Amino acid sequence: MDSFDALTLARLQFAFTISAHIIFPAFSIGLASYLAVLEGLWLATGRPIYLSAFNYWKKIFAITFGMGVVSGIVMSYQFGTNWSVFSDKAGPVLGPLMGYEVLTAFFLEAGFLGIMLFGMDRVGKGLHFFATLMVAGGTLLSAFWILSANSWMHTPAGFAVNDKGQFIPVDWVQVIFNPSFPYRLVHMVLAAYLTTAFVVGGVAAFHLLRDRRNEGARLMFSMAMWMAAIVAPIQIVEGDVHGLNTLKHQPAKIAAMEGHFETRSGAPLLLFGWPDMQAEITRYAIEIPKLGSFILTHDWNGTIKGLKDFPKEDRPNATIVFWSFRVMVGLGLLMAALGAWSLFARLRGTLYESPWLHRAAMLMAPAGFGAVLAGWITTEVGRQPFTIYGVLRTADSVSPIAAPAVATSLIAFIVVYFFVFGAGTLYILKLMGHAPRIDEPDLPASAPQRAAGITPGPGTALKAGAAE
Amino acid sequence: MFADLPFIWAGLIAFAVLAYVLFDGFDLGIGILFPFFPDRHDRGVMMNSVAPVWDGNETWLVLGGGGLLAAFPLAYAIVMPALYAPLIVMLLGLVFRGVAFEFRWRDQAHERWWDFGFAAGSTIAAFAQGIALGALVQGIPVANRAYAGGWWDWLTPFSLLTGVALVVGYALLGATWLVMKTQGEVQREAHTWAWRAGVGTLLLIGLVSLITPFLDPVFMQRWFAFPAVIYTAPVPILVAACAAALFWGLYRERDVLPFMAANGLFVLSYIGLGISFYPHIVPPKLTIWDAAAPDASLSFLLVGALVLVPLILAYTALSYWVFRGKVDPDAGYH
Repeated sequence: MDSFDALTLARLQFAFTISAHIIFPAFSIGLASYLAVLEGLWLATGRPIYLSAFNYWKKIFAITFGMGVVSGIVMSYQFGTNWSVFSDKAGPVLGPLMGYEVLTAFFLEAGFLGIMLFGMDRVGKGLHFFATLMVAGGTLLSAFWILSANSWMHTPAGFAVNDKGQFIPVDWVQVIFNPSFPYRLVHMVLAAYLTTAFVVGGVAAFHLLRDRRNEGARLMFSMAMWMAAIVAPIQIVEGDVHGLNTLKHQPAKIAAMEGHFETRSGAPLLLFGWPDMQAEITRYAIEIPKLGSFILTHDWNGTIKGLKDFPKEDRPNATIVFWSFRVMVGLGLLMAALGAWSLFARLRGTLYESPWLHRAAMLMAPAGFGAVLAGWITTEVGRQPFTIYGVLRTADSVSPIAAPAVATSLIAFIVVYFFVFGAGTLYILKLMGHAPRIDEPDLPASAPQRAAGITPGPGTALKAGAAE
Repeated sequence: MFADLPFIWAGLIAFAVLAYVLFDGFDLGIGILFPFFPDRHDRGVMMNSVAPVWDGNETWLVLGGGGLLAAFPLAYAIVMPALYAPLIVMLLGLVFRGVAFEFRWRDQAHERWWDFGFAAGSTIAAFAQGIALGALVQGIPVANRAYAGGWWDWLTPFSLLTGVALVVGYALLGATWLVMKTQGEVQREAHTWAWRAGVGTLLLIGLVSLITPFLDPVFMQRWFAFPAVIYTAPVPILVAACAAALFWGLYRERDVLPFMAANGLFVLSYIGLGISFYPHIVPPKLTIWDAAAPDASLSFLLVGALVLVPLILAYTALSYWVFRGKVDPDAGYH
């Protein structure tokens, strides 16, 4: 990366726009499901606390979703503007998958979002709950299709190549359910749920530290910690299975993640180190003998391929992948630890009375975002130097666009995104700063135009809340 | 496969793009008109009239892009780099206007900023779309399955004209939408702007129509050669009829008719474009059959489209029905 050529700039641009984008769906997939659960509980039990929690997170969902939409529209055009050769070649396979994502998911979400956000007074509880379910289902369908498309780029299957050099579908079932797809889908959806759980838990912990009797905060904290305690360990097992799948289909990626340059049996597990791609050695390695082979082959003397087994031009950058993988795993272990801690506190009856647990949960609030980004960096950088693993190189995928044009648009995206999404994040944090109330108002009531109207203002609502 | 799948898909993509223009046109138009409605209460009403539906409207743009990639990957791969600058600018404009819906009332200290972002983003997005359209009409050179022109080819007096035309046209859609959905002061102002934008739109449609046949002799032939003229002649006649309905509706202060007539003008202009384009998807060389994905791709997505597009239209209709009627000027956000 010594010169900023058009290819490097196009890769940077995609990495930037997709990273900025993934943050929002990673949160909104989980949040949509959480909202559906809250509304369902409210309808089932009639307890207003669920509706309050629903209204509290709905406002945050609205902003998150809006930012996800606008950053997502950019993605649907990035393939063409910066990766036109890839689009021409892979369009016949990937285009229909994305087409199905738009038709089954995006319209569903967008069509029912308006009703979910603003329609409670207009449509009645039943249809409103239906709308919430449709939005939540839409986010999951979206994950299904886009992860199928992404997985196909890692483990392409069910295709042929025509005389124009295009990849064409032969068997759609093999294309959609390509070998890495089920593992990646489960991994990502669990990641989205965990991301949301830690945000919810962190916000609730923040308010518990100020007032441990806040009913809303107690409810949210309890729900979030159940998720952490149950889902984080499942995610670790799932991640292991996903890793074995990667070992089978993309051994070079695993070699890079593990920092192995030499192929050997009984390979150690490298805890830390600095893979040096030039010298083909991992420096300053701290290792546990034989554990690497055991984890990957479930045999203490199993053989693991090293990067030297692959031609130099086919190796992913181990320095990046080695570290992004450790960041992801480290955060995952911390999440599981917090979940276990909360379980322990719950059993002792101190879930709401343990300031250190609450401080830890606050600290861990953004952990899911970090893990998601690190995980995606691992898998995508690990796929390099290919866009479609083994069959289409990144260098052969890029648009014939001159470097200055890509540089200009890259700078424009960076400036606009930091400004716009920075502002949006601030607004979300501001909303999170408000303590959940027992009669959390619906969206319209918090609008400025209503403040002087017949709806009770925040002051009266607070009094009512205190009276409960 | 017995059916002509590329032809069917060309129709579907054309439908998606038209749906986008009609659906998102009026809410972009509201952004374009924002600077002329300085009162913040009025602006709140205008925003509320589209807030529940703008997201769905913009999804048609994603379908247009995604559908083009799926059905005509070569066209997608050529058009996107050819229109690189206007498309990036459009996307950035859409970012600003999209977030303004949520941001403007959350941050009252900077409400003016987000109002500016909403207005500028909408106007820039509309202008960039118009430029992209003009650049496509004037033709895109292709060689070896790739764009073969320069980076500023899209910038011509003609594309600037189509850019202005789309901004004015969207303003007309926005103004007539407001006439339909609001009352009182906002409606009166919108009524005035509907007159102005209506006259402007017609003049610009006329101007673009006059120039287009001279851009490419093929366009001239498709419009004026016999017997094609039998099929093309009704288009300008119907445009005149829509224009009459628009101005009559405005004159008689009808609520719904002006919006419908303005939509009619867009549909007819769009059909006119279709007549000029067909059978090309990227004029002047690339036909829909050159650019089409293999039948295995087209048929797979077609099954879904045939089931899902009617379903989408149905629940889109539901959403509009739920938020039907005049916007309550005293209602809060949305």
